[in-house]
Amino acid sequence: MNSKDREQKNQPILAVENLCVAYGKIKALKEISFQVYSGEIVSLLGSNGAGKTTTLNAISGIVPAQSGKIVFRGQNLVGMPTHKIVQCGIAHVPEGRRIFPELTVEENLHIAGYLFSNRNKPLLEQRMEYIFSLFPRLKERRQQAGGTLSGGEQQMLAIGRALITGGDLLLMDEPSMGIAPNLVEEIFATIQTINQKNGLTIFLVEQNAMMAMEISNYCYVLETGVIAHEGVSKDLMQDDSVARAYLGESI
Amino acid sequence: MGVLLQQAVNLLQLGSIYALLAIGFSMVYGIVGLVNFAHGDIFMVATYLLFFLATWLFSMTSSSFAVLLASTALAAAAIGLLAMIIERVAYKPLRGAPKVSLVVTSLAVGLLLQHLVLEFLGPNSQRVPRMVPDIKFTVGTVNFEFYQILIILFALFIMLLLNQFIRRTRTGVAMRAVSQDATAASLMGISKDFIISVAFVIGAAIATVGASLYGMAYPIFDPYIGQMINWWSFTAAVLGGIGNIRGAVLGGFLLAAVMVISPMVLPVSSYRDIVAFSVLILVLLVKPSGLLGKRSIQKV
Repeated sequence: MNSKDREQKNQPILAVENLCVAYGKIKALKEISFQVYSGEIVSLLGSNGAGKTTTLNAISGIVPAQSGKIVFRGQNLVGMPTHKIVQCGIAHVPEGRRIFPELTVEENLHIAGYLFSNRNKPLLEQRMEYIFSLFPRLKERRQQAGGTLSGGEQQMLAIGRALITGGDLLLMDEPSMGIAPNLVEEIFATIQTINQKNGLTIFLVEQNAMMAMEISNYCYVLETGVIAHEGVSKDLMQDDSVARAYLGESI
Repeated sequence: MGVLLQQAVNLLQLGSIYALLAIGFSMVYGIVGLVNFAHGDIFMVATYLLFFLATWLFSMTSSSFAVLLASTALAAAAIGLLAMIIERVAYKPLRGAPKVSLVVTSLAVGLLLQHLVLEFLGPNSQRVPRMVPDIKFTVGTVNFEFYQILIILFALFIMLLLNQFIRRTRTGVAMRAVSQDATAASLMGISKDFIISVAFVIGAAIATVGASLYGMAYPIFDPYIGQMINWWSFTAAVLGGIGNIRGAVLGGFLLAAVMVISPMVLPVSSYRDIVAFSVLILVLLVKPSGLLGKRSIQKV
């Protein structure tokens, strides 16, 4: 798929238009625009402090947008509280995993079904079973407190939790951060699985640019709050200027 | 030996009440991070409401037990609603403001409640009507009264009920999630505003049950009782580790132990407050987060 194919698809599931976010006087995002289409894995790359996490947090309403639009399935999310955005169908695996350390693995997953578990218990059970099939380790540790899990297991739990909320768009913030290399591969393989088998659209923020580009269809590169490059992942991987710019920043 | 057993019953009775008072204090702190100094005056308003409800209900029935249950249930619902309204009107607009502003606001809310009661009901002390039969038991040399047993059992029942709610129900687990990580909880679709309301309602309702039980043991009240109650519930909550509900229960019983034991050991009974607050300071010097509290990390 190339850029043109992408534009010929009809409506993007997520369209961010001229988004600005500021922390006090510091402008973290300066009028960024990008699109995510249904069924894609799209990566947002960039070095520390480029504004990647801010972008995800603005989509989820964790940080307020100063101006611009975040349109999800035709609905503008700007100004909407986080718990309502989740109801619209956006799941978010936050930076640093943020699992509930004093809840058990099972409770962490149960509470992710908060929006429907009182009305539809079987759906919760069904999704729990699915999560346990993706991550058998979580099943073994279901009675353990979340805080006692290793970094990789916590990441699995955070992904499991986001999947149980049941969105169509999954935002993932640095799933490889602070995790043993063999687990990183396992987690990236799972990301591909849930994209291909479940048709979940994924918007992935990563510092590990190579791995992210390998699994994604399209990439945006963020540099100090502006989109510096974008393109189909395969093309971008061969683009020397991108590699230089990107790696140059991070060294 | 008889004296010790006697004091053990007193300790359990007092500790049960302190525990019920501290729970609301601690729960609100755990969810909102607010030290709610209006808690004691909520208790005071609850006592007045219980007094009027009981007087009114006695005009319809003579079953004192029915009056006790009905007045407590009605008052708990009404005071829960009052606490929810106070949160919406006074605290919610300050979400995101410095913690100090919230503490000062809660002090102001407490004073407002106190002066409203002073204005409309006067400063005179009143007496809660007796709602439990006046039965005394004697086991060996130990004398205790029916109301003491009732206080202990009723408080235990409420605490077990709360424990089940927090452990087992969807809303209870959501409360724990919010107190551990409010942002992550909102990503699960949990409305923080709703959970905050629930915490205020439950905290105030449990304090109302505490007021009802307190009135059995100490029936005299006036518009100023809130202040003392405030310090007790605050001390118990902080001793146990503020924000931790089990800690609040532990702190309540520890405070009661100090209150009961120190007059036995010390020459003057009025030293007990000095001892109680000294214990608080000592515990905090050794473990600043309280007995069951976690070291808190200031999140940016």
